[in-house]
Amino acid sequence: MFAACADPKAIEGLTWALCYLTSAKHVDFYWSFLTVLLLLAITAPAALGMGFMGATAARSHVAPVSWLGKIYIWMVRGVPDIIFFLFFVIALDQGIEYVKSLAVCDGGAWPWQGLEFRVCPEAKVPLAKSSAFWHQAYGFMLAVVTFAIVFGAFAANVIYGAMDAVPRAQLETAEAYGMSHAQVFRRILVPQMWIYALPGLGNLWMILIKATPLLFLLGVKDIVYYARELGGSKTQAYEYPHGDWRLWYFLGLLVFYLIFTRISEIGIGRLTARLSHGQATSGGEALRKAAA
Amino acid sequence: MTCWETIRAYGLRSIGIGENLLPRSDFTICQQFTLIGSGLIWNVYFGVLALLFGFFLANAVALARTARTPWVRKPADWFVFVFRGSPLFIQFFLAYEALVLLPKAFTLFGVEISTSWTTRAWAGALFVLFLNTAAYSAEIFHGALKSIPRGDLEAAEAYGLTGWKKFIRIEWPTMLRLAWPAYTNEAIFLFHATTLVFFSGFPAFAQKGDALYYANYFADKTFNPFIPYPIVGFYFILLTLLVTFVYGRVNARLNRHLPSNSRARIRLRPNLIR
Repeated sequence: MFAACADPKAIEGLTWALCYLTSAKHVDFYWSFLTVLLLLAITAPAALGMGFMGATAARSHVAPVSWLGKIYIWMVRGVPDIIFFLFFVIALDQGIEYVKSLAVCDGGAWPWQGLEFRVCPEAKVPLAKSSAFWHQAYGFMLAVVTFAIVFGAFAANVIYGAMDAVPRAQLETAEAYGMSHAQVFRRILVPQMWIYALPGLGNLWMILIKATPLLFLLGVKDIVYYARELGGSKTQAYEYPHGDWRLWYFLGLLVFYLIFTRISEIGIGRLTARLSHGQATSGGEALRKAAA
Repeated sequence: MTCWETIRAYGLRSIGIGENLLPRSDFTICQQFTLIGSGLIWNVYFGVLALLFGFFLANAVALARTARTPWVRKPADWFVFVFRGSPLFIQFFLAYEALVLLPKAFTLFGVEISTSWTTRAWAGALFVLFLNTAAYSAEIFHGALKSIPRGDLEAAEAYGLTGWKKFIRIEWPTMLRLAWPAYTNEAIFLFHATTLVFFSGFPAFAQKGDALYYANYFADKTFNPFIPYPIVGFYFILLTLLVTFVYGRVNARLNRHLPSNSRARIRLRPNLIR
């Protein structure tokens, strides 16, 4: 990066550290933090949307829709989520390739033959000749969808509970005013449920942050991948030889997560205080008393 | 090979008893059920021991957090903060790398102690899970300690109970009773968290792994995730039901003096990744 770094073997001390920390591989490492943040930025609203749909479906008066919603919510209970992560990534990939093979391949053979999953080369996603960037992007997209499905089920559970917690009298009053089901849902239930959902959703956000290292298991080059790569001992054949420094890299990741969860905790606390204003909850009551 | 022979060959494969070679072709449903079930031994091992040891440390840490002197309170607060604020996955990696860097052997009071066993999953991962569950449980117990009704404590004092006696007869049982539903959920998450062990740095020697390790093995070999993963899911649902049952019995015992309509019910909450 810098001119002084042209010959790493000749420099030492602070300059060496500076050159080492700005090497191309390290810049990739710093970018991978953005990958994690990007995953959070996409997954959180997506999971919230999935959760909202799941909870709405579970409350539906149409029995099959309600079953579907409930199965989705119960699905993640009792089974470790890492199983879902490992499962969905392959299942989604195979599903997409199978559907694509129906469209682009001729002679639609059943792809699960013996010990192989075989579709014609044109049906591969992404195509074998695509650039490495597309392979990475596709892997990331699969990870995002998987996270959204699994965390959507958690969110659905929280939102379902929150919708139940809205006082029944509020909904009955709205019905007495002659509002339809949809109107009661839109005007009364949804605006009021957020304060009940917030503790659960805040907790979920913390869990989501702490689940991001699982990206590594899904084959995305995330911070855990780079920490292992960069930290592993480097022989003299490398530009910057050093011993096994993985411990220090993981310590860095630990500090990153601690700071991140701490900031989130403070932010959620503030948001709860804001949303509690004027609500008929103990938090709202405490705010009212403090002001008086 | 009939199914019975498969069970004899692979039923205890995860702890190194039985057939040495894992099946390589012609995978049957029976093989998958047997091997994945055999891997479950490790999940139960990690879960039960970590919960058992973690329970005692959690009580100590929760008490330390109520201490008046900051010398006791602050370290306990930090312990809980570090383990609850960071992903379990990173904790596993960090612990493994730290244990690898330990000197291979050292002499203490003339006795030579080798340290290589600490990098094995049965010891190293158990240690991390133990500290992790202790931190999460300590937070639950601490919350329960703070929410003991004041009337209970005043009644205890009116009876002349003070200090240690008040704690052991009134505070501690009430704390356990209040904390138990949340603690049940923590136990369930811990069993779920044990599936991370062999995916996080700790190597599986001689292919002796946990349930998810074998499920992943089959999914990799057959390119068909639709059989092994539902099997692990099935096993874990059974395990969760068992944990809920056992903890429910304890809960019933803790609440046996209460009228049946005011007992705390255990509600399952969705699982958490740490």
